[in-house]
Amino acid sequence: MTTQHPLFQTLQQSRRRGQLQDAAVALAHGSGGKAMRDLIDDIFVASFDNPVLAQLEDQASLSLAALTAQGDRLALTTDSYVVDPLFFPGGDIGELAVNGTVNDLAVSGAKPLYLTCSVILEEGLSMETLRRVAISMKTAAIAASVNIVTGDTKVVERGSADKLFINTAGIGVIRQGVEMSAHNLQAGDCVLVNGALGNHGAAILIARGELALSTSLESDSQPLNGLVEAILAVCPQIRAMRDATRGGLAAVVNEFALASAVGVRLYESSIPIQEEVKGVCEILGLDPLYLANEGKLVVVAPRSQADLVLSAMKSHPMGSEASMIGEVTSAPSGVVTLQTAFGAERVIDLLVGEQFPRIC
Amino acid sequence: MKYVDEFRDPQKAQGLLKDIHRLSQAVIDRRAASQKEQPIKLMEVCGGHTHAIFKYGLEAILPDAIELIHGPGCPVCVMPKGRLDDAIAIAEHPDVIFTTFGDAMRVPGSQKSLLQARAEGADIRMVYSPLDALQIARETPEKSVVFFAIGFETTAPSTALTVLQAAAERVENFSLFANHVLVIPALLALLQNPDLQLDGFLAPGHVSTVIGTVPYQFIADQYHKPVVVSGFEPLDILQSIWMALRQLATGRRQVENQYSRLAQPAGNPVGLKAINQVFEVRPEFAWRGLGMIPQSGLKLRADYARFDAELQFSLPNLTVPDHRACQCGEILKGALKPWQCKVFGTACRPETPIGACMVSSEGACAAYYRYGRHSAATQVPVAPGRQ
Amino acid sequence: MCLGVPGQIVEITDTTRQLAIVEISGVRRPVNIACIVDEDHPPEACVGDWVLVHVGFALNRLDEQEAQKTLALFDQLAAYEIR
Repeated sequence: MTTQHPLFQTLQQSRRRGQLQDAAVALAHGSGGKAMRDLIDDIFVASFDNPVLAQLEDQASLSLAALTAQGDRLALTTDSYVVDPLFFPGGDIGELAVNGTVNDLAVSGAKPLYLTCSVILEEGLSMETLRRVAISMKTAAIAASVNIVTGDTKVVERGSADKLFINTAGIGVIRQGVEMSAHNLQAGDCVLVNGALGNHGAAILIARGELALSTSLESDSQPLNGLVEAILAVCPQIRAMRDATRGGLAAVVNEFALASAVGVRLYESSIPIQEEVKGVCEILGLDPLYLANEGKLVVVAPRSQADLVLSAMKSHPMGSEASMIGEVTSAPSGVVTLQTAFGAERVIDLLVGEQFPRIC
Repeated sequence: MKYVDEFRDPQKAQGLLKDIHRLSQAVIDRRAASQKEQPIKLMEVCGGHTHAIFKYGLEAILPDAIELIHGPGCPVCVMPKGRLDDAIAIAEHPDVIFTTFGDAMRVPGSQKSLLQARAEGADIRMVYSPLDALQIARETPEKSVVFFAIGFETTAPSTALTVLQAAAERVENFSLFANHVLVIPALLALLQNPDLQLDGFLAPGHVSTVIGTVPYQFIADQYHKPVVVSGFEPLDILQSIWMALRQLATGRRQVENQYSRLAQPAGNPVGLKAINQVFEVRPEFAWRGLGMIPQSGLKLRADYARFDAELQFSLPNLTVPDHRACQCGEILKGALKPWQCKVFGTACRPETPIGACMVSSEGACAAYYRYGRHSAATQVPVAPGRQ
Repeated sequence: MCLGVPGQIVEITDTTRQLAIVEISGVRRPVNIACIVDEDHPPEACVGDWVLVHVGFALNRLDEQEAQKTLALFDQLAAYEIR
């Protein structure tokens, strides 16, 4: 049975912390009692380690003045992470839960500052797994310069959820003058990406093990806020930016084209894709343009600024393989085309559903 | 030699393309005055070819005089709804783990697809290989593991060898729902149709890897049409078109093999032997869009009846007629272009396919649906059926 | 129909079940090699061979000489155009 008690319920700071003895998560860990307090103390407060969280209030209280000093608008986002498996080459669900939300803030031009962390735990989840995930979240938070300041824990009966789900919400501050939107594209603009596409999608497919494929591929999970800052520093007039997660490059560019009622033409030979991702796609009959990424950014810049933006991206560690991959056209409205190496054009449409491996 | 990138080099296509333009003119020049306006219609039989043609945009770089007709070589496209309903009925059996290639997941039956059946609780798992299905059977002896065997002669040896492996290891809880279909009877059915308007065929290279190049000989001998067994890379397809045009330009009608690096005249003896050992030809089999075709499907032989899911489960086994408005049959014969069909792009779309050709991304209509959207958007004139 | 990918056999893992590891663009996968094994090609002699992989089976061996011939034709046609 689940309880609705708030997670980080008020506790006296002076109270002695409990030491977590259990090897696995039990329903008691979500019941609002001592077991829950011990779990929160021993895993989350200890791992996330910051003064706001350590207050153990039901909410984080943040200084407004400190926020307004950094910009003129607040960005707020939320995302849930249900990846299977929890650990995969190049990352885990905890790192994703931090980087994903950081990136959702960053692509609005915001400086990400504070994250929340809600977990839904399946009864029986190993405490060691939970601890690893929490530590991984902390490591990712340090790398992205954000703090995890409040959270919630629920435990559900075995079979009611798959091991561990995480929701993170985040707030950040958008600095003055930055006005990015999917509606802003204009004919002549250039489309750029910060590196090779499809690694996360391919790595997860392989990590599930059902396809019996092995590679050295890793997820590209990484925080993009530093790169976004570097881009905006050279070109505050960036039209639009989005991280190419589910649905891949194809989904983002289609959203841009539809929102701005313009066409986008991509150049097949300029789109960076690693050899092994190509191999996985050949074997399974998948299109890498639709594979998910967790550290890739699609940027639309005015043509006059595009070279400047490209070199700024290339000189940042998270954009060293950046490439100019396409251009915005006045027509056909809402349509993305790909210029193939043979000089022909084909339409890159939105998928009806997710891609399945095919044999024919 | 990696056997892939070498055959995708656009630079190497330039000489071929120029000669394709020259030859197509030569073919037109040979025709009677009244026929000169007719395009040169070549059918690529295989959905894999269709896929590559669209992926690389080859139609756009070919002369206008060449029209590619996308044939019936997509096994999920030609699967009749009744068979899919049977598959779903097996999958919904509580003791069954139903295993399938991803291709079949979204194909609509008369009520639902396998994907919908899975959402409703059926244990349906996508596999890459029939051997993976056998492995699931070894690991879960308490369940009956059924493999949805689809595909042409290319895939049939893999299924047959898996059955032989299961028999050798006495795996009791593994069976097949056999839906393998055969290319040659389908081509024969097309050729026997008086409406057929084709000048030549690009034959499926991977099927030919198994069956060889000899079985196509009747097309050249009796129906006087060139056949080129073709690989799947863009340069393979261009070279095959070039070879077919050379035949047409000089009046030759032969079976030629462009895919000589892989397909041999006699095919693959081990694969053929496995097929013959495990399967026999059904008297007839229904094809979506083409109707009943004699001798065109495979079923398990009596010796392997214990692996036959059709015998183990009671199936609805109903014949569900193709939708009346659907003109896939005409499209597969080259008599109509996809956009000339009455329901193309309106009632029949990739999200809600009515006919065979819209079902899979390999299907001619599904491929054209995207192209058609593009044409409309760029104001390129489209065919009369759409105006 | 029939997605097939060229790959190179890098290791024989099970001679009884005729299983090998094939590498395709840096991706490895176990495949069954029954269709390419005969008296002239026992399993152990297959390492290094290029094969066409379809649904977890090596369907046939690729012939490098034939592939070179095909590629040479493209060059001939290109050269013919330049002349």
